[in-house]
Amino acid sequence: MLKAIRPFTRVIALSATLLATAFTSQAVQAQEQTEFKLAWTIYVGWMPWDYGAASGIVDKWADKYGIKIEVVQVNDYVESINQFTAGQFDATVMTNMDALTIPAASGVDSTALIVGDFSNGNDGVVLKGDKTLKDIKGQQVNLVELSVSHYLLARALESVNMTERDVKVVNTSDADLVAAFTTAGVTSVTTWNPLLSEITAMPSTSKVFDSSMIPGEIIDLLVVNTDTLSANPKLGKALTGAWYEILATMSGSDDAAIKAKSFMAEASGTDLKGYEAQLASTKMFYAPSDAVAFTQSKDLTATMKKVSEFSFEHGLLGDGAPDAGFIGIETPAGVYGDAANVKLRFTSEYMEMAAKGQL
Amino acid sequence: MTRIINRQPGRYGRLVLGLMPFVILLAVYIVASDARLAENPSDKLLPSLSSFVDAITRMGFEPSKRTGEYLMWNDTLASLHRLCMGVGISALIGLAIGVGNGMIPFMRSPLSPLVTALSLIPPMAILPILFITFGLGELSKVVLIVIGICPIIIRDIQLRTDSLPNEQLIKAQTLGGNSWQIIARVVLPQTLPRLIEAVRLTLGSAWLFLIAAEAIAATEGLGYRIFLLRRYLAMDVILPYVFWITLLAFSMDWSLKRLSILAFPWYHKEQGGRHE
Repeated sequence: MLKAIRPFTRVIALSATLLATAFTSQAVQAQEQTEFKLAWTIYVGWMPWDYGAASGIVDKWADKYGIKIEVVQVNDYVESINQFTAGQFDATVMTNMDALTIPAASGVDSTALIVGDFSNGNDGVVLKGDKTLKDIKGQQVNLVELSVSHYLLARALESVNMTERDVKVVNTSDADLVAAFTTAGVTSVTTWNPLLSEITAMPSTSKVFDSSMIPGEIIDLLVVNTDTLSANPKLGKALTGAWYEILATMSGSDDAAIKAKSFMAEASGTDLKGYEAQLASTKMFYAPSDAVAFTQSKDLTATMKKVSEFSFEHGLLGDGAPDAGFIGIETPAGVYGDAANVKLRFTSEYMEMAAKGQL
Repeated sequence: MTRIINRQPGRYGRLVLGLMPFVILLAVYIVASDARLAENPSDKLLPSLSSFVDAITRMGFEPSKRTGEYLMWNDTLASLHRLCMGVGISALIGLAIGVGNGMIPFMRSPLSPLVTALSLIPPMAILPILFITFGLGELSKVVLIVIGICPIIIRDIQLRTDSLPNEQLIKAQTLGGNSWQIIARVVLPQTLPRLIEAVRLTLGSAWLFLIAAEAIAATEGLGYRIFLLRRYLAMDVILPYVFWITLLAFSMDWSLKRLSILAFPWYHKEQGGRHE
């Protein structure tokens, strides 16, 4: 009997090996390449990438450096970061906290190439009724657990000398938060725009805390795989050049700016007025010099320390992490945490080139 | 000449052939995981077998640092509780309405088209309505399972009741049985094994709806944990959880089958023993 199946086992073992090789060869190999993929997801501060791709600005800059950049929209934000971590994308948009807890904590050395903006009221804690933040004690709070909302809630509670023990956090998918808020059992949510404005537009709600009270802590980045970037500085230059050209287009008040912003508004499911309201609660770094100053400031290190501590307390840095500084974070002002294990880097190099007009 | 359809593997051959796909999958996994880990030791995508052991120890046998609970058991109990409630309620409703529809024409006329229509609504499509009606708590999770599998059980039981030989019912009537007696003594015993089969077949969907409900809003549960940890790619916990869910589902299915064989041996004799 065993003799009869032997040829089969050989064939199967062979195909298994082939399959395994296919599986592993996806790992990123740092080498010079000419084609790159950028992933973006819907969020006020990331819509410019969509416009950049549609208007040809991204192609223009890619051509200038002799490369190709494919801009891909991903429907699911976390999935886009997971795909970046798995090596499917060379560059992906994400927040500073997710950059630390997903790619960096998975050992993928990542560089924040462009600091696009920070949330300045775009994330908020909302209670039903006429309430203040102190009333949150004992309530259940629906939010996307382990996201920046969770971080914002922790910071909000800290500001009134409470901790997460004083509330009950219920993990709720962002896709269902608005519908959830209309049900009787839900009394408090923490979320981001456009959901936040949808919720605060409902009658008898109080926004008791928002990210403008912790300015500069929830940062939206364009993150690039460090090995890919160092092997291909052209990618960094093309992306940064394209980004500031898009921002320059949309920051004006002429027809081109209105056209660009209307495009972004439509792509994010709102109208020009709604999109401008979201922009108002986002601190966009339209001028590269502002982003450079923000990146080089010591405050960024302090923020990343807070984010690391939050992440460590919630187990987001992985089992191997003995303390919050396990993953080193390099900023122009210095390194926070383990200098021998730097996995997340903030660089102002390319943004400086943009500021000096050297791109 | 021996035809392939008549060649049977021996006892050991069957065992080896049955295990082979699992062994191959495991080997593929280990090779792929080793290759990725050699390149990046903190890769989270395909963790090594030892990190699975660590994760299981941590989740199942050490109290959580934050709450002091044994997370895996908590999650398992919460999920099983929801699942059993949902499946149990569905089975009871399914039996009552299914037999009623099959036996009482005045019940079947209004209910049967309704059940058919309801069974065609994809439950996930009406999730937002479920939330608004039943809230985000335990109730809506159980209701999602019930809406998802109850119509299927009803239709299955109805078909079984329909297919009972007319002679039996006529004989029972000539013996003087009234409607209630016939349903309770002739029809019900013969539909019960079919009910167990229907439950077995819908268990997979029940798990699917449970995980989906827990992914949307929850504070504990197997699906909750998987969707929470997905946020930072903790495959070392997610994969053992998936394995655990499969094991739970398999043992539920197996126990139901044994129960059915013990309780209704006549039914299984009728079914024949091929591929037993």
